[in-house]
Amino acid sequence: MSTTQTPPVSIAGGPEPQGPGRALRRSRARAADRGASRAFRWLATGAGALILVTLAAVAVFLVIKAWPALSTPSSELVKQVNLLRGSSSLLDYVGPMIFGTILAAALALLMAVPVAIGIALFISHYAPRRLASGLGYVIDLLAAVPSVVYGLWGALVLAPLVQPVWAWLGTHVGWFPLFAGTVSPTARVLLTVGIVLAVMILPIITAVSREVFLQTPRLHEEAALALGATRWEMIRTAVLPFGRSGVISAAMLGLGRALGETMAVLMILSPGFLYSFRILEAGQQQTIAANIAAQFPEATPMGVSTLIATGLALFLITLVVNMGARWIVSRRKDFSGAN
Amino acid sequence: MAQRIDVKDLNIYYGDFRAVADVQMTVEPRSVTAFIGPSGCGKSTFLRTLNRMHEVVPGARVEGTVAMDGVDLYGQDVDPVAVRRQVGMVFQRPNPFPTMSIAENVLAGVRLNNRKISKGDAQDLVEQSLRGANLWNEVKDRLARPGSGLSGGQQQRLCIARAIAVRPQVLLMDEPCSALDPISTLAIEDLVAELKSEYTIVIVTHNMQQAARVSDRTAFFNLAGTGQPGKLVEIDDTATIFSAPREQATEDYISGRFG
Repeated sequence: MSTTQTPPVSIAGGPEPQGPGRALRRSRARAADRGASRAFRWLATGAGALILVTLAAVAVFLVIKAWPALSTPSSELVKQVNLLRGSSSLLDYVGPMIFGTILAAALALLMAVPVAIGIALFISHYAPRRLASGLGYVIDLLAAVPSVVYGLWGALVLAPLVQPVWAWLGTHVGWFPLFAGTVSPTARVLLTVGIVLAVMILPIITAVSREVFLQTPRLHEEAALALGATRWEMIRTAVLPFGRSGVISAAMLGLGRALGETMAVLMILSPGFLYSFRILEAGQQQTIAANIAAQFPEATPMGVSTLIATGLALFLITLVVNMGARWIVSRRKDFSGAN
Repeated sequence: MAQRIDVKDLNIYYGDFRAVADVQMTVEPRSVTAFIGPSGCGKSTFLRTLNRMHEVVPGARVEGTVAMDGVDLYGQDVDPVAVRRQVGMVFQRPNPFPTMSIAENVLAGVRLNNRKISKGDAQDLVEQSLRGANLWNEVKDRLARPGSGLSGGQQQRLCIARAIAVRPQVLLMDEPCSALDPISTLAIEDLVAELKSEYTIVIVTHNMQQAARVSDRTAFFNLAGTGQPGKLVEIDDTATIFSAPREQATEDYISGRFG
């Protein structure tokens, strides 16, 4: 005991060991540092790899489960699967739904992005600080509402509410291809779905855009102001160009959700299997995700495989859309301000 | 073009805190006026009141008058945006717009004025402004490249080109060389000497040699202590300030016997 209490070299307060001993101690500390840094590097790499593994696992699952339907000749498949009645092949079946899915998501994006940018700019650059944080919180709350609730709201509240508007559009702007055809008396049509989807993706787009706008360097904002920019001109010259790639990323996050949204579409839309731009008429379009949910409970094994094949198509669409967005962002990389 | 600025009884506040007190000053046209003084004495704050950039900070306000050509910049019916179009500003750190090319950066202010400008005029203005900022020869082959790809000194001269492209009456420079190397600093100082034939220039600097080199008149700001407002101690011809200042505080600061 007494030997441990009186160590030969006092560490605290004693003279630092000189020469090789000192160098050795330092390098030992550095080795521990290196260990921690290595562990962290593996942890981070692992987390990154996990995403790829998950993505690959999903793709493999989809391909394996869809394989029976994909590998059966069309003539056979059409006979075996009730779902395909009226279609000549799997592609013929999924085509209109791909179209419907993209159209619904595009409508949602078209409505949500301008509103989201407006809200984000209001919060980041116009609103008094207290109002801004309150408003940001409310917007984030929108993201916490389950999609079933949105579906109920869309079908029971929104649809009757917008029906007169759709009717008016149909009579007066009916020459516009999107508004052509017989306006549905229940308003359970793609435009109504688009509104609900827009509300659902609004929070994520707003939240990300707001963060990006807040990151605009003060220096650039002041540069614009000092040139005699009004607040809106300052936003146009400094904030929006700076936030451009972030807003695109935000829109892609929203688009991903809109493409895959199931319950809300299922509960609101009166489905159809046409390549139709008529977004005020019932029985025109259907989305892939809603169709899978609707058909899955009563599908035969081959029917399930067919539905999973449509799911694979949805997966590919999402992938392509995201890659397209990356490409848009990278095109003007030199001007992003990152260098 | 160049205008004289008369400052009377100017008090500058951040919320309740009085940052600068009771400034009286006249800035002569077509000359360079340098502001020197220790950190926190309010010289940058005061500079920013000359183009109403001070009030961009939340809670900031100003009492007193700043008259340019007899018109009070803080008058009831004066639009701060209009003031800033008359009084250009160059910041401490070069801040070209990263999302714009070199040429677009030069034209940024002109485009804000909503002036429709023909392509030929725009090219002429870009060349003229860049020549004015001694940058033309270095960038004429890459006008479409991003301004953020230039060196720090070049970026600062690009910012000067951007400021003079709108033909302001006055050019304010807030420590324009503090982030630059000595060679770039020299380039900016030469430029200031050339620009003063056309513009009224006010420059804040931490570098007393720089003030002595570039300015015609020098103003010394000081503060009594932390929490106290900064004050203008004296303003005079630069030669006088550096050889025979009236105030002891000025002499102490200049000779390095400060505090």
